Amino acid sequence: MGLTGIQIFKMLPKTNCKECGQPTCLAFAMALAAGKAELAKCPYVSDEAKAVLAEASAPPIRPVQIGNEERGFKIGGETCMFRHEKTFVNKPGFAIYVSDAMADEEIDKKIENFMKYRYERVGVLLKADMFAVKCESGDAGKFKALVSKINEKTDATFTLMSDSKDVLAAGAEVLGDNKPLLYAANKDNWSDMAELAKSAGCPLAVKAETLDELAELTQEIQKAGVKDMVLDTSSRTLRRAFEDQIYIRRLALQKKFRPLGFSTIAFPNEMTDDPFKEAVIASMFVAKYAGIIVLSEAEAHNLFPLTVARLNIYTDPQRPMMMEEGIYEINDPDENSPVLITTNFSLTYFVAGGEIEASKVPSWLLIMDTEGLSVLTAWAAGKFVGDAMGIFIKKSGIADKIKHRKIIIPGYVAVVSGDLEEELGPEWEVMIGPREAAHLPAYLKLWKAD
Amino acid sequence: MTIEIPKRTYKGAIRTITLGAGDKAVTVGGETSLPFYLFEGERPNPPRIAMEIWDMEPEDWPEHALEPFKDVVHDPALWAKKCVEDYGAEMICIQMISTDPNDKDVPADQAADTVLKVLDAINGVPLIVWGTASHEKDTEVLKLICEKTHGKNLAIGPVEEGDHKAIGGSIIAYQHTCISSSPIDINLAKQMNILLGNLGVSDEKILIDPTTGGLGYGIEYSYSVMERLMLAALTQEDERLQFPMINNMAKEVWKSKEAKLTPEEDPLMGDPKRRAITIECVTAMLLLLAGSDLLIMRHPESIKIVKDIINDFMAAN
Repeated sequence: MGLTGIQIFKMLPKTNCKECGQPTCLAFAMALAAGKAELAKCPYVSDEAKAVLAEASAPPIRPVQIGNEERGFKIGGETCMFRHEKTFVNKPGFAIYVSDAMADEEIDKKIENFMKYRYERVGVLLKADMFAVKCESGDAGKFKALVSKINEKTDATFTLMSDSKDVLAAGAEVLGDNKPLLYAANKDNWSDMAELAKSAGCPLAVKAETLDELAELTQEIQKAGVKDMVLDTSSRTLRRAFEDQIYIRRLALQKKFRPLGFSTIAFPNEMTDDPFKEAVIASMFVAKYAGIIVLSEAEAHNLFPLTVARLNIYTDPQRPMMMEEGIYEINDPDENSPVLITTNFSLTYFVAGGEIEASKVPSWLLIMDTEGLSVLTAWAAGKFVGDAMGIFIKKSGIADKIKHRKIIIPGYVAVVSGDLEEELGPEWEVMIGPREAAHLPAYLKLWKAD
Repeated sequence: MTIEIPKRTYKGAIRTITLGAGDKAVTVGGETSLPFYLFEGERPNPPRIAMEIWDMEPEDWPEHALEPFKDVVHDPALWAKKCVEDYGAEMICIQMISTDPNDKDVPADQAADTVLKVLDAINGVPLIVWGTASHEKDTEVLKLICEKTHGKNLAIGPVEEGDHKAIGGSIIAYQHTCISSSPIDINLAKQMNILLGNLGVSDEKILIDPTTGGLGYGIEYSYSVMERLMLAALTQEDERLQFPMINNMAKEVWKSKEAKLTPEEDPLMGDPKRRAITIECVTAMLLLLAGSDLLIMRHPESIKIVKDIINDFMAAN
């Protein structure tokens, strides 16, 4: 952030009272500059200094909570242009579009699909997060009834869409503390919308035709007392929308340009009539910076690929995704089925598990905690070696599930077989499996318990 | 208020590489900014798509992948011809699956015959030949293919550290283009290109294969390595990384269980064809955003959608 430790130090009381936990004010200032301390720890700092420091230390892209802790999600708060620089933090929400002019059956189908198409992967629940409900009827009562119905039948949070303050107010009212995103303030209605956002305590989407107009609007709205905003640049062509996302993030991160220091909402549903193309455009917004992505369909064929893309792109590059240690049953194994062991790096599991599943051979797959390292890396780090594997196999309880005593290890760690045999004792036979997962099906089809 | 958009200046550029020979040759690369950042650089050659065929009848393709090629999968030449004539393929990639020493282990001379027949059938459309990444066998097979197709400027790969001398030598001798493969690591990618340079492969004859993970199967690793490669090539002027990237993605996409599952196996996964096409397209999109210049794709409908998306990216604002 902008301020150095010395600059911060000048604004502190300089009494060295130690109440903040640091030996001196200077030490405290340095800790603040490094982001390792919070200003609130100093009981004597002036209000003026507080305001200056808060402004300077605010995140460049404002984190905004949509809905509440229970149902909802946080967007914004990002600190880098490329995920490898650090990590992307707050996953974008997928919103399913409905309008109060749609037929009931269409709406009911979307509600049903929203709750139905959910997937679990590496312990993460993959699902759509939100409904974007538009008032096309002009009837606040009808709109309110629809919002209320979806709110009761799902665990979604909401973007409420109308140019009318009264319509949005009616929708927000039924949602209570499931705070919706109000869409949208524009150059004509912003004053009313800001008032509503403030009184209802909801985040406010701001829409304008150009970035210049957008920045002017957010500043006006901020002056009116609204802090939580989400941007819509009105671009509905792929190239323009892509460029706007890059511009906004660069301005926020590289120029600390506060008026555009917010997350964005994107509308693939308004960018094409082709459902395939819509999903592909949505995946562009996953990688390139949107906070909310509005979809016209809630079907398995778009939700599964998109939620997996989101999981992948938002995985912390410094922390591999891990599986839980334990026994995984594949293809309904029994006491005569082969037992394989590998590491808990999620990719190792997916690739090996996928091949075993494809082989249709019922099998037991032991996943050992190697802190998310892959087979060779874990071996090199001394975590996937004979004695450790032997201890894990014994305590895993697999011996109670099988009659034979054969364990298949990955071909790449053939060298551990001696140590492993020693650890397991003479009743066990250690078998060297293939090096590549792709060769598992051929291997398993030939495997015999006796 | 007029906002000034922060623009980046790039000192480096990706080389342009031409594949094939004659009037249907295709040129890739040449970009002078990050992928599709056309507001601060040029992209004279938009990314291209090669259609994948196999050198043998596939045994494990789901029905919805097989369907467009049902009548031709028994014959690689007919298959390639159909891709070109019916689906407008600008390039073909033949996967030499049958040569896998752990599987069918078809000998090199038979594999080379297949490639010659395919070349005959596609009438000058550039061809990519992809081996099985078994060093010994690829050396036999790809060397012979290089020799028999002298001067056709095929893209030959994967050329890895363990077999680059033998295969690279034939690529130079018979005037082809080298697919420089490394396992998702920017330093190893650079090292491979240095080795190929030392061997004498011309800088006009290298494509980088960063190794491709499918959606849900490690695509984030490929994505970030490719972004880092692009940044190093463009902003740090790392000469040994300034080559266009190729992604052999179809195989990764279509071997995943999610591309195959039927509604009977998992009713929550919806329509298999729509799902698989979307997975293929989303994979393509992420690879394009990360810097791919050449995608190897399978389903004609996926290819149509991704071409459309590329056009949208390249369209005037």
